[in-house]
Amino acid sequence: MLYINCPHCGMRSQNEFSYGGDASVKRPELNKEVSDQEWDNFVYNRKSLRGKHLELWQHISGCRQWIKVERDTATHEIFRTFKADEEVA
Amino acid sequence: MTQAFRIENSGLINRDKKLSFKFNGKTYFGYEGDTLASALLANGVHLVGRSFKYHRPRGFFGAGVDEPYAVVQLYRNGETEPNIKATEQELFEGLEAKSVNCWPSVNFDIGAINNFLRIFLPAGFYYKTFMWPKSFWYQIYEPFIRKAAGLGVASIKHDKERYEHKYEYCDLLIAGSGPSGLASAYAAAKNGAKVILAEDKPRFGGSLLSSDVNIGNQSGKDWAEGIIAELKTMPNVVVKNRSQIFGYYDHNMLVMSEKVSDHLPTTKKYHPNKRLWYIRAKEVLISSGSIERPIVFGNNDTPGVMLSSAAKEYLKVYGVLVGRKPLVFTNNDSGYETAIEFKKHGVDPVVLDSRKNPESEIIDEAKNLGINIKNSYVVVAAQGYKKVKSADIASISEDKKQLGKIEYIQCDCICVSGFWTPTIHLASQSGNKTKFKEEIDAFVPGQSKQNEITLGAANGIFSLEETLKTSFTAGSELSKKITENDNKIAIPNVVEKKSSQHDKFWCVPLPKGKNYKRFLDFQNDVAVSDIEIALREGYRSIEHVKRYTTLGMATDQGKTSNLNGLQLVSEIENKVVPAVGHTTFRPPYTPVSIGAIVGREVGKHSKPTRKSPMHSWHEKNNAVFVDAGVWLRPRYYKRGNENLFEASKREAKNVRTNVGVCDVTTLGKIDIKGPDAAELLNRVYTNAWLKLPVGKARYGLMLREDGIVMDDGTTTRISENHYHMTTTTAQAANVLSHLEYYLQLVWPELNVNVVSTTEQWAGAAIAGPKSRDLLQKLFPNSDVSNEGLPFMGYMEQDLFGAKARIFRISFSGELAYEVNVESDYGNFMWEKIMEVGEEFNIQPYGTEALSTLRIEMGHVAGSELDGRTIPFDNALEGLVSKKKDFIGKRSLERSAFIAEDRQRIVGVVPLDKQTSIPEGSHLVKDDKAPLPNPKLGHISASCWSVEYDNPFSLAILKDGKNMIGQKLFAMSPLKNKVIPVEIVSSHYVDPKGERVRS
Ligand SMILES: [Zn+2]
Repeated sequence: MLYINCPHCGMRSQNEFSYGGDASVKRPELNKEVSDQEWDNFVYNRKSLRGKHLELWQHISGCRQWIKVERDTATHEIFRTFKADEEVA
Repeated sequence: MTQAFRIENSGLINRDKKLSFKFNGKTYFGYEGDTLASALLANGVHLVGRSFKYHRPRGFFGAGVDEPYAVVQLYRNGETEPNIKATEQELFEGLEAKSVNCWPSVNFDIGAINNFLRIFLPAGFYYKTFMWPKSFWYQIYEPFIRKAAGLGVASIKHDKERYEHKYEYCDLLIAGSGPSGLASAYAAAKNGAKVILAEDKPRFGGSLLSSDVNIGNQSGKDWAEGIIAELKTMPNVVVKNRSQIFGYYDHNMLVMSEKVSDHLPTTKKYHPNKRLWYIRAKEVLISSGSIERPIVFGNNDTPGVMLSSAAKEYLKVYGVLVGRKPLVFTNNDSGYETAIEFKKHGVDPVVLDSRKNPESEIIDEAKNLGINIKNSYVVVAAQGYKKVKSADIASISEDKKQLGKIEYIQCDCICVSGFWTPTIHLASQSGNKTKFKEEIDAFVPGQSKQNEITLGAANGIFSLEETLKTSFTAGSELSKKITENDNKIAIPNVVEKKSSQHDKFWCVPLPKGKNYKRFLDFQNDVAVSDIEIALREGYRSIEHVKRYTTLGMATDQGKTSNLNGLQLVSEIENKVVPAVGHTTFRPPYTPVSIGAIVGREVGKHSKPTRKSPMHSWHEKNNAVFVDAGVWLRPRYYKRGNENLFEASKREAKNVRTNVGVCDVTTLGKIDIKGPDAAELLNRVYTNAWLKLPVGKARYGLMLREDGIVMDDGTTTRISENHYHMTTTTAQAANVLSHLEYYLQLVWPELNVNVVSTTEQWAGAAIAGPKSRDLLQKLFPNSDVSNEGLPFMGYMEQDLFGAKARIFRISFSGELAYEVNVESDYGNFMWEKIMEVGEEFNIQPYGTEALSTLRIEMGHVAGSELDGRTIPFDNALEGLVSKKKDFIGKRSLERSAFIAEDRQRIVGVVPLDKQTSIPEGSHLVKDDKAPLPNPKLGHISASCWSVEYDNPFSLAILKDGKNMIGQKLFAMSPLKNKVIPVEIVSSHYVDPKGERVRS
């Protein structure tokens, strides 16, 4: 069970969180013309990386905030966590 | 019955407390502090079971967790538990146990014929023999295997015992209380670190309990007792015996199973049977010790052949002689330690040492005691069927290939020592890359992945002095990092005898003309010849060899067999052992009771039970409940001898003719506030929301980004910047997360707050032609006329003193209202409605009637919004705005979603107007078409229409738009039904929706 540092609450066990997928995906803006390819990339196409991955988690049994977690998908090592509005450098 | 093999002046058992127990129906006696194994051995019982495949007689091989044979069926306090290791089960008064894997009895076992047929049962026999013909599998092979194989029998009764889960955090978690565990725990505790020390056995001390060493000026055992006593007084330390750490998971979380009650005849009141600990540790110190490994020789599975360390432990800890004429067969000095203990207790052992000329302090002591030692000698084969009677021994050449003349030696047990295998399971589970250590012929932990360190014998360090030094240092350094305390501890002097190099020898060659079985895996009956076959048949990867031969796959997971298996493969393949590699160590290290894993989450505790504030009223009024997610909802209210069908029909009919009331508290409710609330709704829902006036409700549909319908519900504008959203019961949590996702991540610029208020409001739906009359009496001072409160209107009123929200919305298709009050007033509201409604013939209705009402109206619900349908499929494309963008809109342009013959909701009526159509039935054109019959659609929901008094169903049907009037067949192979049907409009009742507006 992972041990995740919620930027709002501190270290909490994984069973307080729910997984939200790739955090690098950006939703196309509303009312903007979007090509099929662009839209498919947004909705379906994921890289499924092996290694360092920026992903979303929601602290559902805690502060209910969506956070970003930089995690190695192969080793489960968590490097950093960010608030939803924090820029990832 | 006397305990003929119990000796005086030895052992840690309590001789003042005699315990009686039964094994295979016969009564024996032992002492408090015995295990079932030691008590049986004290009584001279060596035959405890039969092996898995050949049903060969099985005795005791070890004295603890590594035991491959002595697995029993245990009876305790009216319950039974299978596959208990007799070497781990503590004796208690009245214990009962039986052998497993033998029929009709352990002494006469029919399956033993397999032993004589073994030529037909080689490696992979399960895969080869039982393959053909296919039809034989169910009728012949499987029943045969089931009867002949397997170990104990699980109870089918409800388990009355309680199991608990516990979450714990600590600085240092230490696995094992041998010398390294005690030293590191003590050092860390002195530095003020929060320490948990776990020991799987009842007694702390590990190897110190049975070895002849001194620490400081006391015996190793006394030193251990002193340390434990001091640790127990320290507030920052938790010491736990009977507690096995069995799994090492990510981010330094370990799981430990504590046997709280297994050693007692009954579980104490308020105590659990077992407690499962989830421990998050900053640092983990693995001091799990090592397990002696056997040397492989002919018939080495005969009862009476056992590990030399086990024989020593039975003697030192339990005061039990495993034999009176012991033969010790060793390739290292450990065998001598066992021989010395025998000699000290008046028994003359013979030692066979595969080495030519070993010299050490230990060997000198053995020689001085006059022990008979034969160098360059090996056991070729054990003789005796149910118990060792003698051994064939021979001298062996220096290259270990040639045996001398076979000699016979009388003996009643063979204590074998093939050196030590570090217990690296936890380290390996943590992700540690293990490495092969040539000097000890075994794997040890290598590079750590997590915050873990392995100490002492588990790390391949067999010197006590070095173990203590490194463990004190590790405990003190690691705790210093955390607590910043640095209390220096003097490391005590150690007196131990120096030992010499072991012999790299693990398997005795077969003598000419003999074909003895030489076993590697004792529980699964895997012999040297099986591995040879597997390799001959082309299996190369050690993982494949393991699965093909079942080597190491029994309940002991190969604790005594893995390395010898690897040695054999490496020898045949002519590779070094590290090149062969070892199979993966996976949790659990030892079998864990399913009850402990499940914990208290059984029966109704398997999920939370949510009840509405009106629950007790429903109970009092004969409601029959149904699970709706985690909620309990009334399914129908039983009157007299009514069944579900009759009751729901009555309730639905009463809604259509008079008025009914339904508990809708379970609907998800989300409070939405903020200046941008309307904009959020406009983006989340498919329809337009910017112009909804205050005091009005609107039905809304929300999609996922992939265009699939996510949920539906009504949202009401309470005031300028305040909305009340409702969701379906099932999707309530998902919708809240969905809104939070967009607000926090995608559109953070929107100034909106959302919060769940599902539990804050109790809801009652009042539906039926007389609902307005009822409402008027509930709110006598309000204008609830069609003008005062029109369809989709909203008002706040006073319900006899309670603040109430009234929504004119309808799910049943009738004139209907929903009244919400704060939860604490829910029951008050409900009783008022029933009281006032009496004159209008009100009846409560449950979810079954609710379904009937919505189905015949063609209103969609979860069975249509099933995660596979788009708005068009549900005839809801009218709610999809063309003017604005919203979540999922772009996906609706996908070609499949705009196909001409797209699936769509329809109504279905059986031609005979009699036969109900099972939900899930497939709709097909031709019921006689060859299989697979092309499926045109499926029945999503079925009811008995109370309006027309015949069955009616909804279906999602390909090209449904153009199928109205067609005749098809509804087929349910599951219910074995073929029903001719006609396709009609999904709006079966009141297609123009006049009633809701009346
Ligand atoms: Zn949080």
